[in-house]
Amino acid sequence: MTDRAKDGGGPPAPRTPPGRSRLRAQRLRSAALFLLPMLAVLAFVAGWPLFRTIWFSLTDASLSDLPGAQWYGLKNYLEWFDYGDGDGEWFGLLASADWWNAVWNTVRFALVTVSVETVLGMAIALVLNQEFAGRGWVRAAVLIPWAIPTIVSARMWGWMLNDQFGVINDLGMTLGLIDRPVAWIASSDTAMIAVMLVDIWKTTPFMALLILAGLQMIPRDIYEAAKIDGVNPVKVFWKVTLPLVAPALIVATIFRGLDALRVFDIVYVLTPNNDETTTMSVLAYQNLFQFDKFAYGSAASTMLFLTIALITIGYIRVARLDLEGSGK
Amino acid sequence: MSDRSTPPRPNLAMRRATRALKTLGFWALVVFVVLFSVFPFYYAILTSLESGSALFEVNYLPTSLDVSNYVSVLTKGPFPLNFLNSVLVAVAVVAISLFLAVTAAFALSRVRFRGRGLLLLTILSVSMFPQIAVLAGLFEMVRAFDLYNSLGSLILSYMIFTLPFTVWVLTTFMRDMPAELEEAAIVDGATPFQIVWKVFLPLLWPAMVTTGLLAFIQAWNEFLFALTFVASNETRTVPVAIAMLSGSSGQEVPWGEIMAASVVVTAPLVVMVLVFQRKIVAGLTAGGVKG
Repeated sequence: MTDRAKDGGGPPAPRTPPGRSRLRAQRLRSAALFLLPMLAVLAFVAGWPLFRTIWFSLTDASLSDLPGAQWYGLKNYLEWFDYGDGDGEWFGLLASADWWNAVWNTVRFALVTVSVETVLGMAIALVLNQEFAGRGWVRAAVLIPWAIPTIVSARMWGWMLNDQFGVINDLGMTLGLIDRPVAWIASSDTAMIAVMLVDIWKTTPFMALLILAGLQMIPRDIYEAAKIDGVNPVKVFWKVTLPLVAPALIVATIFRGLDALRVFDIVYVLTPNNDETTTMSVLAYQNLFQFDKFAYGSAASTMLFLTIALITIGYIRVARLDLEGSGK
Repeated sequence: MSDRSTPPRPNLAMRRATRALKTLGFWALVVFVVLFSVFPFYYAILTSLESGSALFEVNYLPTSLDVSNYVSVLTKGPFPLNFLNSVLVAVAVVAISLFLAVTAAFALSRVRFRGRGLLLLTILSVSMFPQIAVLAGLFEMVRAFDLYNSLGSLILSYMIFTLPFTVWVLTTFMRDMPAELEEAAIVDGATPFQIVWKVFLPLLWPAMVTTGLLAFIQAWNEFLFALTFVASNETRTVPVAIAMLSGSSGQEVPWGEIMAASVVVTAPLVVMVLVFQRKIVAGLTAGGVKG
């Protein structure tokens, strides 16, 4: 960028020749013009609907009568209902066992999948970082799960995990890992495992690619030096590779974590109506459109939004993202 | 461990043996990675080519080449329409977001103004929005504009994830371009719009292809909005259509047809990935946003 463009957005310096400042003003004007349509669309499809969701969570809105919604305060979230004899009970989202069950399911899902995906992704990235014949093909193969629509993967795995005709039970019995067919999806012990398995299969490639990009930034000479010094490869990994790839790893983990917290598709298609796997998004959706509790569902959506927003803000604070691109 | 790794006189045969073992282990790992990634899709293709009782016998190699599942999926029912709907929605969404994003990315990457960092941050955080958080509000909007059960509702709502993503990736690409490019044009008296159109656009094609591809895949795969805003069989997009495929009796799941539909929907994406894998990897890591 030229000097005049670098002097920030303040009032133009007094000594600037009139032609230059006119040019700069023109540039700023067109920048505003260029940004306006995009910002208008975003405000229209993201800002306003978000505001309305929060608003609905503070009303008694029902699916059949949205315009007739009346102010209801925080009662969708929490309400003390007095029975009149000094006795009473808490109601609302935050007092609901179903909600906390969904929170626990979501957190459990996010923690397990993101950890496994990080470790597996790292392993795959280390393999892909080696030079070997056919590496391009292996990388393309790894991308396939990522490209397959989530719904399709859920149905594919639903078939593979089928209790009677599924290939996973057949494989497990042939290899002697299980002694009788398991009803992976139907039984409450394994339903969550099935959901996690599909997500891990689908998302590990994405992790692997992000980590691989980080690995490829590490200068090769470091490895050469370590090799000449005869340093144990395991030690090289812990002392050299991991610290250097850590920034890329953390970014990938955070994005994946935020993504995992809003999981909907897999659960909704693979294990419908199962308390063991109902996540926050699924619970919100059910209340909004299936149980006719639109306001209550909006409250659940708002809570999920707040959770993710807090984590994002915390992350941005800690990481101090280089948004200006000036640190290069 | 480390003090034993360099014995004074290593036995040559031993060393050869360990090296062979290492190579073997490495290739075993590679094979495992490939099998793990590809097997489910391969198995879906196998299943889609079986019908009748063959469907319910597990086999690992192709035994039949029966295309009846494909025939029934593509001729009976609304599936071809669903496919067309998905194509229409994804193409429209990609075209609109790219158009809006190119100029916005120019402003965000080449012009310095106050609050630019904050603006970028806001755009990035919109891409982190959980879809469910805007679902209630969007539903109200879709009904108010009489878009319920139309593809317009999807084109509108998909902007929420494709637009921030394309703006973000194109901004990263444009930021790395040399300043000399513009300077000559400015000297010649070109307007900013001409600079974007005549100078940057021709250079941006590779980035646009990458970003457009990724946005296309996102739109193609979307489920929650498509499930909520569209109700009739004919207007659905393929993810919802596949999720809803079930037998007439409700008990017998038509696995063969589901797998055939799945293969039809996925095949274009797999081809794209194989053809454009380098571009996709570059775009994913530049965006660093989401899968």
